[in-house]
Amino acid sequence: MKILVCISKAPDTTAKIAFKDNNTAFDENNVQYIVNPYDEWYALVRALELKETLGGTVTTISVGGADMEAIIRKAFAIGADDGVRIDGEPTDTYFVAAQIAAYAKQGAFDIILAGKETINYNGSSLGGMLAELLDMPYISMATKLDVAGSTATVECDIDGGTEVIECDFPLVLSAAKGMAEVRIPNMRGIMAARTKVLNVIPVIAADKLTEVKSYTLSQGRTTCKMIDAENAASLIEMLHNEAKVI
Amino acid sequence: MSILVYTEVSKGKIKKASLEAVNYAAHIASKTGTSATAIIINAGETSLDDLGKAGASKVLHINNSAINTSDSQVLTRILNHVADTEGAQMVIFSNDLTAKAVAPRLAARMKAGFVPGAVDYPNIDGGSFSVNKNVFSGKAVATYQVNSAKKVISLLPNSFQVTTDGAAVAAASFDVPADLLVSRIKVKEVKRESNELSLPEAELVVSAGRGMKGPENWGMIEDLAKQLGAATACSRPVSDIGWRPHHEHVGQTGIAIRPNLYIAVGISGAIQHLAGVNGSKTIVVINKDPEAPFFKAADYGIVGDAFEVVPKLIEAVKKFKASQN
Repeated sequence: MKILVCISKAPDTTAKIAFKDNNTAFDENNVQYIVNPYDEWYALVRALELKETLGGTVTTISVGGADMEAIIRKAFAIGADDGVRIDGEPTDTYFVAAQIAAYAKQGAFDIILAGKETINYNGSSLGGMLAELLDMPYISMATKLDVAGSTATVECDIDGGTEVIECDFPLVLSAAKGMAEVRIPNMRGIMAARTKVLNVIPVIAADKLTEVKSYTLSQGRTTCKMIDAENAASLIEMLHNEAKVI
Repeated sequence: MSILVYTEVSKGKIKKASLEAVNYAAHIASKTGTSATAIIINAGETSLDDLGKAGASKVLHINNSAINTSDSQVLTRILNHVADTEGAQMVIFSNDLTAKAVAPRLAARMKAGFVPGAVDYPNIDGGSFSVNKNVFSGKAVATYQVNSAKKVISLLPNSFQVTTDGAAVAAASFDVPADLLVSRIKVKEVKRESNELSLPEAELVVSAGRGMKGPENWGMIEDLAKQLGAATACSRPVSDIGWRPHHEHVGQTGIAIRPNLYIAVGISGAIQHLAGVNGSKTIVVINKDPEAPFFKAADYGIVGDAFEVVPKLIEAVKKFKASQN
């Protein structure tokens, strides 16, 4: 079984979010990058678990500059066999999907996994675009993935519930919470990560269909009106008269 | 030329979020001198009048039991076919779980620039088109410019008040070629809670966390929600330990919601939880710990024991409702 896992980098969840160049670019100063949590905890770890029980290989793929390599080595330390970095700027999801699809077409992968979204752009769109460009079935927000022979059984979220789906290889999935547990790399993994093969390949020509023109920090709430617990009932009047939400 | 908007039926009615998407499409259509066409699949006997009332100039109903509506590949082929037939340059979705599977696929197929989870009307100026969406888990808003002629936009639910004061239009049935319906996925089981308000669509939400001490204490949360006409939600630890079902979990790893009112009881307000709710218009926090970080993100706060405060709120809501009648 050959599994391809799409890995993106994201600012650490506690990173301070700020913008520069007249609010047109994310300020990376003092920002620690991590493997996008959904790509790592759910997509990559489940891929590794399947490989360990059923055999096969797990390859990671990323679009990004050389600074991406620390992220890919982290995936190696957790257990990925090898990795591909496509040397381009991942500013538009269609562009990224086109790059990964071009590589995936050569590789005869059985399962392609992505996290449900990145925590910086929250798009939840790479998996769907990739599936379309590869003409494969796509199951988004998968919370469980099991494999028997060449058939995947997937549980996924739907509005107000869940659905269990069966699909033969090949297929594309986006992984949500529930798929696997966080795995901490051990010393052997970290040592082995140094010598695993990381292929760097050039980008292919593809359109960038969208671009971010500017950013604005969300207005946090400035004041919280405190109500005495004895007087809790007055909240309801305030919600009606002041906030006008009931 | 028209703007296509994908709509769905749930529990015998057009989904509220779908009507919001129709409003949104009609607004863009009026700005660009075109019209909104709503499309709905297998609506059965449900009245489709609200689609016209929400602003659709045309309603297309595809009624075909052979359609596997759980398969994003099939829905993509169908919507692409309808967009071609109707000459639509833009397709609008409500950013629900169907859209998360279908909208990016359709965008790739149409080679359309895609903005998932738009929170505003687009800014259309001559040939340029841009629209805002939340990024960094709600900590910032980004203005996305769409460079392609074709566009797919999914609207974050509860971004706008729904209006249905237009005129109904008769639905036309629309047939799709059978070769579009080939499906490679098999649905083995569907588990759905039937009698609940849909959480992503709910305008009022009562949510509770570990401060409730155990699942047996959720009665008062459900009662408060019932009195308000609100949906119930929960924090991650509570769904992790199985006190509440997984689909109620709001936050970074669960679902993101933006109701008019979010009441959080016994939830400390971890950054990951806030990421899922900070778009709410009004946030009320009830916590016995005055240092709970959630108070910093709230509009109203009550420091107190949930077991004392919540029953008082239930009584107050009952009185309020009685005074409204």
